[in-house]
Amino acid sequence: MSTIERPQIRETGLLGQSVSIARRNFIHIKRMPEMLMDVTIQPVMFVLLFAYVFGSSIAVPIEGGYKAFLLPGIMAQTVAFSSFIVAVGLTADLEKGIVDRMRSLPINPAAVLVGRSFSSVAHSSIGLVVMSLTGLAIGWRIHTNILEALLGYALLVGWAFAMIWVGILVGSAMRSVEAVNGVMFATIFPITFLANTFAPTDGMPTWLRFVAEWNPISSLTQAVRVLWGNDYQLAEGAAFPMHHPVPFTIGWIVLLTATLAPLAIRTFRNRTAD
Amino acid sequence: MVTASVTHMTSPHAIEAVDLVKRFGETVAVDGVSFVVPEGSVLGLLGPNGAGKTTTVRMMTTLTRPTSGTARVAGHDVLADPAAVRRSMGLTGQAATVDELLTGRENLRLIGQLYGLDAGYIKRASDDLLERFSLSEAGDRIAKTYSGGMRRRLDLAVSLIATPPVLFLDEPTTGLDPRSRVELWEVLRELVEDGTTLLLTTQYLEEADQLADNIVVIDHGTVIAEGTPLQLKDQSGAAALVVTVSHADDLGRAEALLAPHVSDVHRDPGARQLTAPAEGLGHMTKVAALFDESGIVLDDIGLKRPSLDDVFLHLTGHRAEDNTDADEELIS
Repeated sequence: MSTIERPQIRETGLLGQSVSIARRNFIHIKRMPEMLMDVTIQPVMFVLLFAYVFGSSIAVPIEGGYKAFLLPGIMAQTVAFSSFIVAVGLTADLEKGIVDRMRSLPINPAAVLVGRSFSSVAHSSIGLVVMSLTGLAIGWRIHTNILEALLGYALLVGWAFAMIWVGILVGSAMRSVEAVNGVMFATIFPITFLANTFAPTDGMPTWLRFVAEWNPISSLTQAVRVLWGNDYQLAEGAAFPMHHPVPFTIGWIVLLTATLAPLAIRTFRNRTAD
Repeated sequence: MVTASVTHMTSPHAIEAVDLVKRFGETVAVDGVSFVVPEGSVLGLLGPNGAGKTTTVRMMTTLTRPTSGTARVAGHDVLADPAAVRRSMGLTGQAATVDELLTGRENLRLIGQLYGLDAGYIKRASDDLLERFSLSEAGDRIAKTYSGGMRRRLDLAVSLIATPPVLFLDEPTTGLDPRSRVELWEVLRELVEDGTTLLLTTQYLEEADQLADNIVVIDHGTVIAEGTPLQLKDQSGAAALVVTVSHADDLGRAEALLAPHVSDVHRDPGARQLTAPAEGLGHMTKVAALFDESGIVLDDIGLKRPSLDDVFLHLTGHRAEDNTDADEELIS
């Protein structure tokens, strides 16, 4: 190799670059399948634990009982947790200098984030499939039509997209994977419980019920329940979002994205530019 | 020779740093660094931890925006056209930034794809590079299983997948065992022979001495000296004449003999050595003849050039290795 062959460097575009980076993240999952635990074993465990531990004491007047009521809630929680995946992956890449390596290449700097979003949504989607199969095995069914069924899934995936920005924000702000886990656990975990995800809100004290029913996660859960026929007559005094869960969920997805995306991108840029 | 490349040298210098300054809040990490690197040459950016080497490289490779000043790589300005700079250079950072869960080959493919190289070229270049860096057999193993030296070599191979005309190496041999270090030097020499311009930062004076055509010494964010390794050695004072006698008993007699012919003698009984300021080769020959006549048996007589270590001590007043203040490097 004494005469140098300098190859043609082509413009690849944001999409192609993001796909290359997402593919790399998939190879990670292939090499470390335990990375999928958060969307496989963990939610399945939750489904079974809650269904059999609480199932007998929480009466829900719907077909399939508590198990059918629970499943959309667990799914909502799992897509909310998708921000974990993004944050942990991004922090690890920042820590190890992988992000700097990418930024030294002739690519769109956003490709690092978009690629991570792609793989994260795919990651969450795997979880939705696993949970649906688990649900089917224990008696959960969708009682509506295909269109509403798909809209339910679309809202869950849309939520996963909105949560990516939370992940980028936290991932860019934190200095270690441990810190990310700490922060995410301390915030997202209670938010997903202070809702209608695992127990009906009608029995809660008034102030708690108000908080729970205005919790965006409750809108998502209620929307999916309604779209799949896993809901029942709203109790007296249900908060406004519970009566219109689908538009509220779409509204939340748009609002969260619109406010968090610029903030997350700015934080990422500040973290990397200096 | 460069036909397919999209980058064209519009400047005679492959790299130019023009009064680069970087402040992090109150801390001035880099304080007006300027230098040029002619095409096809090697510049060693030498300095202790925290001197501002990494920050300087990060500014030149578009990773960090200078507070003021600018840099040009292959004729492209880092501020005006960062994309062109990125197309013209490769960077191997301080930590080996290979993806541990990918195989060597997958690491090369990922970066090749991001450069927009076509699959056939990536395959050929990967085979080439793996072979060249003695990684052919390890190419299909995940990088997690690699030794430190192998990771470094893979990291460097990845930086070379698009054959950039300019290569930045930030402390390429830090943490390597001596053998891996020498192996990496060999690879770097081959790259330079092939026409690549190299800028490497190092804390190792020997490394700069071995590889660099020119050395820029920086300390506390400013350039404190520059020149060829030879010039720098000359700068820190004249060479020394060192006489080693065979028998310790002769040391006194040897000193008496030498003293009238030199300006100053330093006696080191432990090493059976006399050291004096050298006054050139002819002078040394004369002194050698004197000892010959006197019958004092010598182990050795010669001129000793100052090492770069001595140069550093001379320039900064502290030894290069002493400085453990790594904070500034960490900020970046």
